[in-house]
Amino acid sequence: MAEIRVQHLRKAFGDFVAVQDSNFVVEDGEFFVMLGPSGCGKTTTLRMIAGLELPTGGQILLGRDDVTMLRARERDIAFVFQLFALYPHMNVRKNIGFPLLAQGMPAAEIRTRVEETAKLLRIDHLLNKSVSGLAGGDRQRVALGRAIVRRPKCFLMDEPLGTLDTEFRDLMVHELRELHNRIHATTVYVTHDQMEAMSMADKIAVMNHGVIEQFGSPREIYDRPATMFVADFIGSPPMNFLAFGGGLAKGAREIIVQGAKVAVPEVREDIAPSDMALGIRPEHIRFDDASKLRGAIYGTEYLGTTQIVAVETADGIIKARVPAEIRLSTGDHVGLALSSARLSLFEKGSGRAVRTAIHDVASERRAQHG
Amino acid sequence: MSLTTAHSVVAPSANSKRIAGTIIVLYALISIVPLLWIFATSFKTPPDSIAYPPKILFQPSLEGYCNLFTTRTRQTPDYINSLGPATGFCDETTRKRNMVIAGPSNFLPRFVNSLIIAFGSTFCAVFLGTLSAYGFSRFKVPLADDLLFFILSTRFMPPIAVAIPIYLMYRELGLSDTALGMILLYTAVNVSLAVWLLKGFIDEIPREYEEAAMIDGYTRLQAFWRTVLPQATTGIAATAIFCLIFAWNEYAFAALLTSGTAQTAPPFIPTIIGEGGQDWPAVAAGTTIFLVPILVFTILLRKQLLRGITFGAVRK
Repeated sequence: MAEIRVQHLRKAFGDFVAVQDSNFVVEDGEFFVMLGPSGCGKTTTLRMIAGLELPTGGQILLGRDDVTMLRARERDIAFVFQLFALYPHMNVRKNIGFPLLAQGMPAAEIRTRVEETAKLLRIDHLLNKSVSGLAGGDRQRVALGRAIVRRPKCFLMDEPLGTLDTEFRDLMVHELRELHNRIHATTVYVTHDQMEAMSMADKIAVMNHGVIEQFGSPREIYDRPATMFVADFIGSPPMNFLAFGGGLAKGAREIIVQGAKVAVPEVREDIAPSDMALGIRPEHIRFDDASKLRGAIYGTEYLGTTQIVAVETADGIIKARVPAEIRLSTGDHVGLALSSARLSLFEKGSGRAVRTAIHDVASERRAQHG
Repeated sequence: MSLTTAHSVVAPSANSKRIAGTIIVLYALISIVPLLWIFATSFKTPPDSIAYPPKILFQPSLEGYCNLFTTRTRQTPDYINSLGPATGFCDETTRKRNMVIAGPSNFLPRFVNSLIIAFGSTFCAVFLGTLSAYGFSRFKVPLADDLLFFILSTRFMPPIAVAIPIYLMYRELGLSDTALGMILLYTAVNVSLAVWLLKGFIDEIPREYEEAAMIDGYTRLQAFWRTVLPQATTGIAATAIFCLIFAWNEYAFAALLTSGTAQTAPPFIPTIIGEGGQDWPAVAAGTTIFLVPILVFTILLRKQLLRGITFGAVRK
């Protein structure tokens, strides 16, 4: 196993820049997820790490080796494809043993290794079956088997659960993470599904338009989004944005939104007057008649333990996640109270988050761990 | 229509099935009657074959096959009587017609020529076609569209339109009446069909298979050999049949460019007519034998052929 270091990685297809200046480090044994909408460059980045595409610029280091321009077969990595790419003309055993055959391993050793791997993935009863008759989850396991059988430096996975139905997907998310905990293989996993990313990743990189918008743990990304894109992309329903104008002074603890004073985490930098946005997650909104931030209920989604309530305010719809017990009807006027400690502030122009006290916690915590 | 039966919009009704079946049976009969006639004629005696009205029922005879494989000379009855006892069925039949067997005919070597040239050119066309189709399918080939159009354009006119230039070129190059020349010619004609057909098949094979193999430690050629080829067998088989049928049946170029050592069966068979009267049973026998290889090959690969013809009609 090895760490993966990506430095100033860039890829252009003609005029279209798929990946611009990516930098990140996947530490040895880490489960790293690249998350983003389709076309954001995450798969291209993965394919460059794999050697299936050559970068236009930058470097990829695998362990201590510079593999930037090496052929895929010289990199000692394993790749799990979205459509699994199981060879239909081979049975399960041959599929799993295929990479070992390339290394010229003796047949007897291939046999033992394949059987060990199959046992690890609990597919040893399927070894002599044809791959075309397998269920989605089992196909996935065979594809994983083919990846782990040769004990490569790292695993690369391109939306491997994308084609499974929801039921299997939840199961496989759990299995993948469990497998990772057992073999501690450096893994780069690409997905557009935030649920998969949040539940499996040690570290997430959120990508958009070829740029890594934020790199951090799932908690950091959820609680302290670095950009409005990340805030909007992660979370369901996504973060609400309330527009406000004017600048911010270092040390400010209060802003005015729609005529209501809202306490915010202490601002740590001076911001020149510009269009700003206050970001608040739906679960950090309570109903409070005393609040000056008011709106009328537009609709509700009942989810069992909670309900999502859409409130129409002067500044558009705001979604709040409130306990399911509260009885509400459309048209009711309510006041909205925001949990001040959990608020994010953004500069609308750049989409960048303003440094506030919530970021202190992060740096303190990082300092403690470091 | 009763209200209780579920009516499917997609499935054909019983009536339309019956009509379709009748049309197919009629068409099959019309197509197969000439073949049956040739097959029957090959087992007639020469007098029976030209009898009028035509004989549907007749005493089967192998005389046509004897005449196909031998050359005969006319002799006086005295000379024939002076010979020893006949050595076999053919000898005996020939003597009854006041002739003796002079030696083997050219049919067998011509038939072997046909086999060598047709299978040789099919192999070359499919081999080159598979590699080029893979290249066009997987790599960014400069001017790929123009090249593909150019390849296809070789089929815009009937190949025989260029017969004269090819005849002259072949004479200059010493390729006239050689098996190599015919293999090259048929390969050139077939390779465009092969590239286009196979490109369609290979496009359908996801490139993830090769990518997976290359990551797993194989070179591109190994990946192609181990993952693409096994999945392209259907397409390759269908293409091979099309190429083989063309090369096997080709008459015009064969008649023009081959006359001796490299002559194929199609131009040879009509020449039988001239030898010793109109020997229709021998011609029919030659045609019957000529049909066998293509029939066997097609039956062996009929599933692939069907898929090859309907290929692309339905998107998976």
